[in-house]
Amino acid sequence: MSNISALIWLIPILPLIGFLINGMGRKQLSKGISGIIGSAVILASFILSVLVFFQVKEAGAFNVNYFDFIRLSDFKLGFEFKIDQLSSIFLLIITGIGFLIHVYSTSYMHEEPSKDFAKYFAYLNLFIFSMLLLVLGGNFVIMFIGWEGVGLCSYLLIGFWFKKPEYTSAANKAFIMNRIGDLGFLLAVFWLIAKVGTTNFDVLFAPETLKLLTANDVTGITLLLFVGATGKSAQIPLYTWLPDAMAGPTPVSALIHAATMVTAGIYMIARSNALFSLAPITQTVITVVGLATALLAASIAIKQNDIKKVLAYSTVSQLGFMFLALGTGNYTAAVFHVLTHAFFKALMFLGSGSVIHAMGGEQDIRKMGGLHKHMKITSITFLIGCLAISGIPGFSGFFSKDEILAGAYGYSSMLYGIALFAALLTAFYMFRLYFITFRGSFRGTHEQAHHLHESPAAMTIPLIILAILSVVGGAIGVPEALGGKHELAQFLAPVIKSAAHHLDHTTEYMLMALSTALVLASIFAAWSLYKNYKASGEATGFGKVLQNKWYVDELYQTAIVQPLSALGTFFNNIIEKKGIDGFVNGVGKAVNYGSRQLRLLQSGQVGAYVLLMVIGMLLLFIIQLFV
Amino acid sequence: MDIKAYMALSLTLFTIGIIGVLVRRNAIIVFMCIELMLNAVNLLLVAFSKMHAASDAVKASATYVSDAQIFVFFIMVVAAAEVSVGLAIIVMLYRNTHSVDINFLNRLKN
Repeated sequence: MSNISALIWLIPILPLIGFLINGMGRKQLSKGISGIIGSAVILASFILSVLVFFQVKEAGAFNVNYFDFIRLSDFKLGFEFKIDQLSSIFLLIITGIGFLIHVYSTSYMHEEPSKDFAKYFAYLNLFIFSMLLLVLGGNFVIMFIGWEGVGLCSYLLIGFWFKKPEYTSAANKAFIMNRIGDLGFLLAVFWLIAKVGTTNFDVLFAPETLKLLTANDVTGITLLLFVGATGKSAQIPLYTWLPDAMAGPTPVSALIHAATMVTAGIYMIARSNALFSLAPITQTVITVVGLATALLAASIAIKQNDIKKVLAYSTVSQLGFMFLALGTGNYTAAVFHVLTHAFFKALMFLGSGSVIHAMGGEQDIRKMGGLHKHMKITSITFLIGCLAISGIPGFSGFFSKDEILAGAYGYSSMLYGIALFAALLTAFYMFRLYFITFRGSFRGTHEQAHHLHESPAAMTIPLIILAILSVVGGAIGVPEALGGKHELAQFLAPVIKSAAHHLDHTTEYMLMALSTALVLASIFAAWSLYKNYKASGEATGFGKVLQNKWYVDELYQTAIVQPLSALGTFFNNIIEKKGIDGFVNGVGKAVNYGSRQLRLLQSGQVGAYVLLMVIGMLLLFIIQLFV
Repeated sequence: MDIKAYMALSLTLFTIGIIGVLVRRNAIIVFMCIELMLNAVNLLLVAFSKMHAASDAVKASATYVSDAQIFVFFIMVVAAAEVSVGLAIIVMLYRNTHSVDINFLNRLKN
C-alpha cells in the first residue's frame, strides 16, 4: 500500500482517458458501453482515492512533482500534486459521489440518442478530471488549470441541450459569471508570484514566506482569491448563475452542486487558511457575504415553484453557511459541511431527477403532489435528505450545521441569530418542497397520473446509498459535547489551523436544543401550511418579490448588462465605425485622391517631361548656389 | 585666352540645346540639341583642363596627366554610340508612324 503514491497520477488520468474514449468514439460506441466506460473509470479513481486516503491517514501527507511546467530564469513552477488530509477527503467526495451520479445517469439519460449519450459521459468525465486536478494541484497554477476546466465543463453541460436558446444563455451566464471570478483568482496568483515568487502551497504557507507579505498584500490577495471563490461557489454578487444552471440535465446539477464546482471555492479558501487567517478584513468580508447569501437565497427558495430551483437556491444558501464558517475561522466546519452537504444535496437532486423522470419532464411542483404513494423509495430518501439538511439531530446535517452555528455564536451572538434564522428558513422551504411534492393529492394531468412509476434500480440504488450516507455521514464529526471525538477535525488538524472559539459544553447543549426546537417548529409550520397544498393564484406583495428572486437578475440587467451593452453599441457605432473605420478608409481615400491628381502630371508628352526635368535641375542649382 | 569666354560660349551652347529640346517637336532636331548640350559640356571640360594644366604648380608635378582631355575623347566615343542607337530609334519611329514628331509619342500616358 505504500506504493500508492506512485499511482497518484492515475486518479485524474483515468477520467481523462474515459473522456477521450467516449468523446472520440461517440459515434461508434453503444449506450451500454459508453455508460460502462464512463462509470468504470470513475469507480477506478474512487478505489485509488480510498487507498490514498488510508495511506494519508497512516503515513501523512506527501507531494509528487512530475515535471517542470513553467521554467524561467528565476521562476520555476512544477506540475506537482499535493496529497494531504484535505485533498484526500475531497478526492473521496468527488470520485465517490461522482461515481453514483454516473451510475444514475446511465438510466436517467437513456432516452438520449447514443451519440449524445456518449458525449454526455465524455463531458462528465472531463468534469471529474478537472475537479480532481483542481484538488490535487500542489500550487495555485495547477489548481487554476482545474479551476478553468471546471468552468468550461459546467458551460458544456449546462448547455448540453443547446438547441433551446434559453439553455445556451444559461450556459453563457454561468461561464461569464465564472470568468469574472476567475479574473480575481488570476490577479491574486500574479500578485503572489510578484511578491514571493512562488505559488507552491508548502513554500507559500510556511511562516518564513508569509513574513515577506505586508498586511496590505495579504488583504489584497485574499480578497482577490475570495472574488474567485464567489464566482465558483456562487456567493453574492456572482450567485445568479447557479439557479440558472438548472438548464442542464438533473444529474449534472447534482454533480455541480454536490461533488464538484461549487465546492471549489470552499476548498481553495480552506487550502489557503494560513493566508486567510492573517487577513481579518477579508474574514469579515467573507462572513458578511456568506451570511447575506445564506439569508437571501433561503428567502428566495421559499417562494420558488420549480423543484430544481428550490434546490439550487438551497445550495446557494448552504454555501453561504460554509463561507460563514470560513469567515469565522472555522475551516474544519466548512469542510465538514461540504462533505455532509455533498451527501444530502446529491441525494435530493437525484431524487428530484427521479421525480422529473416520473412526471415526464415536468418540474413545476404545483402540478405534482401525492407522489409518495407512487414512488416510495424516492419519497423516503428525499425525506431523509430534507431531515439531514434541516439539521434534525442524528442526521449528518445536524452535526455540521451545528458546528457552524456554534462557531458563529463564539464570534458574536448576532451572527448566530441571523444564521439560525437562515437555518430555520432552510427547514421551512425544504419541507414546503417535500409536502407539496410528495404529500397531498396529485394535481397533474390524467396522463401524467397514469404514467407515475418508481424509477429503475440504476437510479434508486444511488439514492439509497446517498440516503444512508446522509444519515450516518455525520458520525465522523460528532462533537466532544455529545461524547464524540470529532475524528474529522483530528484528521484535518495537520492542514487546517482552526481558529474557532471553543464553547463550554453547557452553551453547546443550549444552542443545540434551541436550534432543534426552532427547526421542528418551522417544519411543523411548513406541514400545517402545505400538507394539503392547493395550487393558488400568483403571489402578491412581498411574496412576489421573493418569487421574483428579489429582482436581482433584473437589477443586474439594468445596472450592468444594459449600460455595458449601450457602451458596446456606442463603441461599435461611434468609435469603431466612425473613428477607426473612418481613419483607415480616410487614409485609403486620401491616397486614392492624391494619386488621381498626380497622374495628371504623366501626360505622355516628352517635352513636358523634359521641361519638368529642367525645372528640377534649375531648382537644384538654385539650392546649391544660394541656400 | 580668358576662361570666361569659354564659359560664356559653353553656357550659350547649352542653353540653345535646352531650349531646342523644349520647344522643337522634330525628333531629329531634339536629338541634335541633346548632342549640342553634350558638346557644350565637353567644351567646358576641355577649357578647364587646359586652364588647369597651365598653372605652375601642376607643371612642376612629375605625375601630371591631362586626364580631362582623355575623358572628352571617351565622351565623344560614347556619344557616337548613342547617336547610332538614337538615330536607329528615330528610323524605327518613322517607319511606324510616318512622322518624327515627338508629340505622337504619348502612348505611356496615364
